[in-house]
Amino acid sequence: MNRTATLKLPQYSGRNLTLGLVRGADTVRRRLQYPALGIALLLALWWWGGMVIANNPDTMAFASFAPGPTLVAFWDLVSTGAVWSPIESSLQRVGLGLVWAIAIGVPLGVAIGYFLQLRQLTHVPFQFLRMISPLAWMPIAVLAFATWDAAIIFLIAIAAVWPITYATAHGVQRIDPMWFKVGRNLGAGPYHTLRRIILPAIAQDVFAGIRLAVGVAWIVLVPAEYLGVTSGLGYAINDARDTLEYDKLAAIVLVIGIIGYLLDAICVRLIKRSSYREE
Amino acid sequence: MGARITIDYITHHYRGQEQPTLDGIEVAIEPGESIALIGLSGCGKSTLLHMLAGLLIPSEGCVRVNGHMVTKPSPRWNMMFQKPSLYPWMTVRENASLGLIFQGQRKGMRERVDHLLETVGLADKADTNVQALSGGQQQRVALARSLATDPEVLLLDEPFSALDAFTRVSLQDEVNRLVRERGLTLVLVTHDIEEAVAMADRVMVMSANPGRIASTLEIPLPTPRDRASHRFVDIKAELMGYFGATRLPVTPTTRDIRETPEKPAARAA
Repeated sequence: MNRTATLKLPQYSGRNLTLGLVRGADTVRRRLQYPALGIALLLALWWWGGMVIANNPDTMAFASFAPGPTLVAFWDLVSTGAVWSPIESSLQRVGLGLVWAIAIGVPLGVAIGYFLQLRQLTHVPFQFLRMISPLAWMPIAVLAFATWDAAIIFLIAIAAVWPITYATAHGVQRIDPMWFKVGRNLGAGPYHTLRRIILPAIAQDVFAGIRLAVGVAWIVLVPAEYLGVTSGLGYAINDARDTLEYDKLAAIVLVIGIIGYLLDAICVRLIKRSSYREE
Repeated sequence: MGARITIDYITHHYRGQEQPTLDGIEVAIEPGESIALIGLSGCGKSTLLHMLAGLLIPSEGCVRVNGHMVTKPSPRWNMMFQKPSLYPWMTVRENASLGLIFQGQRKGMRERVDHLLETVGLADKADTNVQALSGGQQQRVALARSLATDPEVLLLDEPFSALDAFTRVSLQDEVNRLVRERGLTLVLVTHDIEEAVAMADRVMVMSANPGRIASTLEIPLPTPRDRASHRFVDIKAELMGYFGATRLPVTPTTRDIRETPEKPAARAA
């Protein structure tokens, strides 16, 4: 096999290279054609909506929501660098909120998944708390925390903690009981059981929970930033509305969507990397 | 070296069951002896093995290894299960090293584990993820994992029953050889009569409801054992008799099936 390959390669290398390139391009095209179509459809819908708004006398004032003005404003935000400061503040808040949610959610989830009694004990209270919109905590958060920033981080954390807790607990419950038995049989104590068995077994579930949490946190961030603070993407939206800069407003929405998409893509990578299953 | 195991009058009740699962079991196992426990499903043989491993505490009585009461699992006695249950996020070497990691015996761990992997024929797979291995290879890793902490007792809970026939026979012979080389005390739970005859010095037949040792059979054959020899086949037939499955159900005294072609030979499980 190998020998024939080395013999033939020099002879056909030119042709092989062209063929390879063509084939590579073909794969790329096949992988991208539907995602590209999806983006095009969304753009078309946006463009059509802009047309409808511009042609209706009642809504004409909002015509700069259309793709054209928005993309110009977007380019303006990026080229002047004005876009980076709100992104930085927002990402910082989401990041800190998630750190808290992970620090609380993962240990809590492991405990709930491992101990049946704790699962039963916490079920009603947690499901009750989980169903309360994080924004409903806003007045309490404002009272309880000295700074607006801390209040926003609290709101993000309280929204993000549930998906992480329950994804972790679900992962622990799914662990093959034989893995615990084998561990016990080999003399594993609580520390080794956690470090060598539970954590590697649930890594993928934890990251799946973090992915959900990132989505929730990113959604909660904007309304949370409507209040009090004078930085961040939510504030930028509110500010643009007050100054009637609808093109800028739509451009910020675009930024929020793009960053949200990127955050999700990072989480997908983490989930894949944390999987122990062989392809 | 193997340890002496004594099972001191064990009676066990599972919660909510009228009959005891085990009733007054009393056995002494000599150092280096190989014992097979056979019996129908539900006779409590696996329960008894879990007690030897310290994974289950009997309601009455106790297990002693070299005179010490077994209260929890220990690296000095190790159990192999029906499924290898390797950790899929680890390589072969990491799986085999676990007992030593849990014991905190990291000194010389790598040499020791690599030597064991060589013994079970997996030296070239040390850095492979265990998911890439066949069932037989996975059970070999489990064997290396069990032997890594240098136990005195090896407990086997039907560890070859999920393997194909060829792999099963070769692993039985291999474990047999390793156990005898190291002088380990072996307790094997199985419902495969041939396996019991191939590996044990003494076979204990258990009855169910309540679980008792119904009879004991010495197997005075030298190892390695020739599975086709007359004596091997005879002992197998005798054991099958305990379960109502002889080679010839109508004329059990007949030695050779070929002499009575008109009667179909009973196929024992």
